[in-house]
Amino acid sequence: MSLLEIENLSLTIGEMPILKGVDLSIAPGEVIGLVGESGSGKSMTALTIMRLLPHLARAGGRVSFDGIDILGASEDQMCALRGDDIGMVFQEPMTALNPVKTIGEQVAEGIRWHTKAGRAEAEERARKMLDRVGLPEAKFPLSRYPHELSGGQRQRVVIAIACALKPKLLIADEPTTALDVVLQAQILDLLRDLVRENRMGLLLISHDLAVVTEMADRLTILRQGEVMEAGDTARTLSEQLHSYTRELALASMHVPARPKTHLTGSAKPLLEVESVSRDYPGRRKFLFRSAEPIRAVDDVSLTIEPAQSVALVGRSGCGKSTLARMILALDRPTAGAIRFRGETITGKAEVELKPARRDMQVVFQDPYGSFDPRQKVEKLVAEPLHLLEKQPARAERRDMVAHALHEVGLGPRDMDKYPHEFSGGQRQRLSIARAIITRPKLVVADEPVSSLDVSIRAQILDLFAELNQKLGIAYLFITHDLTVARAMSDEVLVMHEGKIVERGRTRDVLDNPRSEAAQTLVAAAPDLHRAIARRMQEQG
Amino acid sequence: MTMHVELTEETLGKVLAKAFGNRSFLIGFAIALLVAAVALLSFIWTPYDVTKLVIADKTQAPSAAHWFGTDHFGRDILSMIMVGARNSIAVALVAVGIGMGAGVPLGAFAAARGGLADEALMRVNDLVFAFPALLSAIMITAIFGPGAVNAIIAIGIFNIPVFARVARAGALAIWPREFILAARAAGKGMTQITVEHILPNIATLLLVQGTIQFALGILAEAGLSYVGLGAQPPMPSWGRMLFDAQTRMVTVPWMALFPGMAIVVTVLGLNLLGDGIADILDPRSRRQR
Repeated sequence: MSLLEIENLSLTIGEMPILKGVDLSIAPGEVIGLVGESGSGKSMTALTIMRLLPHLARAGGRVSFDGIDILGASEDQMCALRGDDIGMVFQEPMTALNPVKTIGEQVAEGIRWHTKAGRAEAEERARKMLDRVGLPEAKFPLSRYPHELSGGQRQRVVIAIACALKPKLLIADEPTTALDVVLQAQILDLLRDLVRENRMGLLLISHDLAVVTEMADRLTILRQGEVMEAGDTARTLSEQLHSYTRELALASMHVPARPKTHLTGSAKPLLEVESVSRDYPGRRKFLFRSAEPIRAVDDVSLTIEPAQSVALVGRSGCGKSTLARMILALDRPTAGAIRFRGETITGKAEVELKPARRDMQVVFQDPYGSFDPRQKVEKLVAEPLHLLEKQPARAERRDMVAHALHEVGLGPRDMDKYPHEFSGGQRQRLSIARAIITRPKLVVADEPVSSLDVSIRAQILDLFAELNQKLGIAYLFITHDLTVARAMSDEVLVMHEGKIVERGRTRDVLDNPRSEAAQTLVAAAPDLHRAIARRMQEQG
Repeated sequence: MTMHVELTEETLGKVLAKAFGNRSFLIGFAIALLVAAVALLSFIWTPYDVTKLVIADKTQAPSAAHWFGTDHFGRDILSMIMVGARNSIAVALVAVGIGMGAGVPLGAFAAARGGLADEALMRVNDLVFAFPALLSAIMITAIFGPGAVNAIIAIGIFNIPVFARVARAGALAIWPREFILAARAAGKGMTQITVEHILPNIATLLLVQGTIQFALGILAEAGLSYVGLGAQPPMPSWGRMLFDAQTRMVTVPWMALFPGMAIVVTVLGLNLLGDGIADILDPRSRRQR
């Protein structure tokens, strides 16, 4: 008898069909992976189970949980189920917690509400639960506020809230997408243990095939609201009977074709970073005592040759982005010097930086946040042209924008659109168009593909590789995703707590990491090949 | 899946469609339009001449000849309200202009610069803010003499910190966004980024604050003329009319009723308008009905 049974579920919001005939079942103690790209209806399926759908949504079909007809249940019945028998973990641990309540209160809240337990008893249970998820009271008192915890710790609190009442079913919607690989591995381990201990059913929603493969017994692949394929994880992924399954698997392992590195060796380095450090003022403990500074980047040196592609990998908060900002002269180092094409750029005035800026551009992670929503593409992509000595005339400028758009696979007609008219992948193309319009020698890309779907991600990686070859652009990829580093870079720098702890040829470092930080990263990184192999082995 | 709350650029047609579906905007807009029309009309035509005193007609109750009655000098109250609207609007408009013109650049500069400059500017701002606006306006007009121009300057000065704060708060939320970083990587300076990216993104905020300050400006003008420091006779003004009515509240109630209503309706209308604009342009405040 399965715990959750979804039969022929369909969902429309307004006129728009969201889900079409979805079937899904979960047995107690079973982990089901729900995989799909954005807009495929994964989250909507989860919200249907919780009956937390937006207004105007109409669901049809049958959803039964533990003998209860969910779609026909009253709101009171649902309130009793939510948080008690069905728990939910969200993607964004930053916003899933109430910032003005302590973590103890937030865990105890649900316990008191559902079990009518007294304050002291609920607190005791909250304490046990937080201890269970790896936040022992000795180190993390119940009186902590969410902002005093890191992202991974917050996600543990969210899990503690969801699992406090030992739910029969836990729905985890992209629970690790906002975390770095090491934290991701820890959170996945925790979820796996909780499933085993409580014989809880787990619906794991993710766009990451490797993560799902490591976790799920069975998986369901969704595309545009329809189930493409469903079945045993190992078998589905090793046989890849359905073409979409194959597409997804290929895309998530995609390595763009790159010619062997054209390193001349003798050439003057393009970028030299020499023992650069950056301090941030720490939190002041007393009014009149100056605070101990926090060192975000600690004595870092590196060089990048022309047309070389270097990956800077490390966990979140290790100082990667701070270093990138200093290289882009958007932030000033506390100590050390940065030279670009032999010229020192540290400490220079904005006017003197113009020539350097022309040859040095940036692509950001968030394709939604990196464009001014109130400007049209023409103006946005043309922004760096401002750096040219001679300002092009309007017609010439349009030509240059059209050319840059063409190079990233967009058309000249896109020039007169606003950024919100594009999809995430297209926006990342726009971002790249903006970066290459001045024909730079170096592009710094800060997690350029981590918010994209796997198929889009493969296309963007291809684009990067192509531009590297065609225009001879050197890259500095900043990422916590080792598959990106492996696919795109000639060299890898491993950063840990503000220091570069390892540097070498990409394959050498990733296959035989020597430093502890690199070993941790490599061990934690999900890998589809490895995960499938392990599954097959387990099943014999 | 993440839900992105973003500022989406909308076509004019969509915005208009939304505007006409928004009740507070429609009511507010209608009232504002009416007041503006009445003020404009008063330049070319009023039922009676407001500078002519007709003692024989004094304190007449509302009638077909004098819709809102007459005051103690026999002037037509409707005509006075019409001319007074002109005065109220002019004072409030210029005062908001002064406040925006000085406050927005100050606030935007403070946000862009940060650090000591920001701190210093904002503390001076607090200082100005700490004085009750009307009291300080009285002080200014007391020193420089009463009159419409001084009233405008006095009210305007106290609008500056309001706009500086709103502009700074709005700009601070935009500065850390990635598209600003991209603009900086494109070598654009503080001023250029502020003009090209920051101001268009906080325009809505300023527009809404503008309508609210406009309403407050009308109130402040009425307050100043009530104590005799605003527009000077024979120029009629709403506050002055209330002052004249004060001692005759019981015997000639319409002298107080109609100017009072003019103030209340105008201020209410402008507040509704501001509310409506905020609803229409801000995707986050959209309510489900």
